[in-house]
Amino acid sequence: MYELTGVTRRYTRGKGVVDALAGVDLTITAGDYLVIKGPTGGGKSTLLQMLGGLDRPTSGSVLLDGVDLAKLPEARLTRLRSEKIGFVFQSFNLIPTLTAQENVETALVPLGLKPKERRELAAEALTSVGLGERLGHVPSELSGGQQQRVAIARALVKKPQVLLADEPTGNLDETTRDEIMDVLQTRCKEDGLTFIMVTHDSHLAKHAPRAITLRKGKLAA
Amino acid sequence: MFFTYLRRELRRRRKSALVVASGLALGIALVIVVNAVSTGMGKAQDQVLESLYGLGTDMTVTKAPEPPSETGGERPRFRFDAGGEGEDGERQSSDRVMVQGLQTLDAATVPSVAKADGVSEAVGGLSLNVVKVDGEFSRGQFQQRPGAGRGGGSDGEVTGGGADFSIDSFTVYGTDVTHPEMGPLSSSEITEGRGFETSEASAKVAVVDSAYAQEKKLAAGGTLTVSDTKFEIIGVATATSGDAAANVYLPLAQAQTLADAKDKITTVYVQADDAQQLGAVESAVLKAVPDATVTTSEDLADTVSGSLSTASGLAETVGRWLSVVVLAAAFLVAGLLTSSAVARRVREFGTLKALGWRSRRVTGQVVGEAVVTGLAGGALGIGLGLAGAWAVTAFGPSLSAELGASGGGTSGPGGGGGMGGRGGGMGGGPGGAARETAARTLDVVLTAPVSLSVIVLAVGLAVAGGLVAGGFGGWRASRLRPADALSRVA
Ligand SMILES: Nc1ncnc2c1ncn2[C@@H]1O[C@H](COP(=O)(O)OP(=O)(O)OP(=O)(O)O)[C@@H](O)[C@H]1O
Ligand SMILES: [Mg+2]
Repeated sequence: MYELTGVTRRYTRGKGVVDALAGVDLTITAGDYLVIKGPTGGGKSTLLQMLGGLDRPTSGSVLLDGVDLAKLPEARLTRLRSEKIGFVFQSFNLIPTLTAQENVETALVPLGLKPKERRELAAEALTSVGLGERLGHVPSELSGGQQQRVAIARALVKKPQVLLADEPTGNLDETTRDEIMDVLQTRCKEDGLTFIMVTHDSHLAKHAPRAITLRKGKLAA
Repeated sequence: MFFTYLRRELRRRRKSALVVASGLALGIALVIVVNAVSTGMGKAQDQVLESLYGLGTDMTVTKAPEPPSETGGERPRFRFDAGGEGEDGERQSSDRVMVQGLQTLDAATVPSVAKADGVSEAVGGLSLNVVKVDGEFSRGQFQQRPGAGRGGGSDGEVTGGGADFSIDSFTVYGTDVTHPEMGPLSSSEITEGRGFETSEASAKVAVVDSAYAQEKKLAAGGTLTVSDTKFEIIGVATATSGDAAANVYLPLAQAQTLADAKDKITTVYVQADDAQQLGAVESAVLKAVPDATVTTSEDLADTVSGSLSTASGLAETVGRWLSVVVLAAAFLVAGLLTSSAVARRVREFGTLKALGWRSRRVTGQVVGEAVVTGLAGGALGIGLGLAGAWAVTAFGPSLSAELGASGGGTSGPGGGGGMGGRGGGMGGGPGGAARETAARTLDVVLTAPVSLSVIVLAVGLAVAGGLVAGGFGGWRASRLRPADALSRVA
């Protein structure tokens, strides 16, 4: 599915130069469950951005099903994100003014569905993460765990091929963490998704079938 | 989704939206009020000019003032018989009829002017001043002083003699009865009796102004005698705005006879085909009658002074600048607030882009919010502006306009002041009194009419304000990267 070769991402801020990624080679097969761990500042989030087409490498190539995301025009990259990739963020990133259902619908907006269809799919997705009763609630009326469930529903509603999660349980307590992980893993298994998750949590890393460590922009053994 | 998102967002940031909308509203309201007052001023000026010229007059043609000369104009002389023949206490009366400004044009000027390019209609008229002196002499009794008879001279005194005269001065306008739609009388309405018939070119009929009629207790059906000529009063006219142009209106030919000014007129009233092209028409008329003075309504407007012109000047300068400054400030504040709102939503917009929203859609959302805010401001501003304009109209401040005062008092005898129009010399008494170029003061009530085009302008400004604000914010939003979804900015 993914084929990364010599991926480098250099940030220049004034005179300071940081290589967030310094030559990463990585292969990920479809349906994999991959955990990316490592110390803070190691380049985990940066790598996730490369995989999700949120950012482009300074050099190297990121092939997704044979297409190099590094060279894809912005418009096509945007479309690819809207169709193939689901994101879950550490701080949920829900739109505070929109209800749970509307938040999930935002993921369907670029796909040009009819509003009715959009609403139905969103309700379905929320039910599948156990929030069927909370469609009309705005984020501030939901607990952290519930908000993250909304975010998961938003990521999955469009039936993507890849789910990328950046410390999805970083803001949650242990019980909630386990609930969320349970939801993520079952949903991914059911839909046959490639699931790539960044985490600091050694407990989660330990139970993952495959884990890689990023240190100073390089993959560590 | 667009409208749901937009509505929710505006509700969340209603304070900031209110600030933006109020700022725009203030600017737009100012534009409306300033525009309305300005239109009102224009109307008031038109009213003032109309009361002088009559309806539809775009310019007047008068005799060019001649350089002052020693002999100057004709001096009025009243001859009363105070000699011995008359009976004591006999009532004597003498009317002195004089052409206003003492300058006349040949009636033949009218067709020449009418033929000039761009002239749609030209009508001549004769303005007169009549001074009626009425009264009686009583001869004094000469009384010889006792004991003063030596030396042949008579030494004594006259007692009890004297003159008891009333002097009544009024203005007469000789109107071309075949063209009732133009000239000074057209700005008056017949409120009693009837107006002139087109067949009454040489009839001995008169229309009197209502104010004068009241003062002199004249009414339709009565008579008026001027210089021994009896005129039948057929109607009373009331000025629709301001003061009447004259006290008495007579058919032109009658006025000419009275003033001994056969085939003479004082003014040609000209209507142009296109009121926007007065400059060209003015030169065409001047070519046709080279020794005349052409006064356009614009020239005359310049001679209007008094509180009307002061207020009008204020509306033009201060009002206009104030509304421009307030609008500019409102636009700027709207832009900055929208832009800073976008800065606080970096992660939100980054997330939407990460979800596959095109940049255009995100920008559109920001611009949409700003335009709706702008429209709300526009609605508020139109409301405020209409209320303001309504208040001005309801309050109806009265402004006074002085006409012709700028003519200066030093032109030659009877010169009629610099503007050469009817305003000069108006009310000027006989002879040297015309030198004073008495100013004519009119009171007009200010209104503030709001035209549809101003409302359209206001809506345009509201949309423009929204677009400016949206432009600031949208530009910023368009530059956000999807990776900003991971931004640490909340
Ligand atoms: N937009 C940016 N501009 C400049 N430097 C950046 C930017 N994003 C990340 N970096 C730098 O790149 C390096 C890697 O950052 P990254 O966010 O990928 O680390 P991380 O492994 O996700 O860390 P954490 O565990 O704290 O989330 C860091 O040194 C960071 O300072
Ligand atoms: Mg990170």
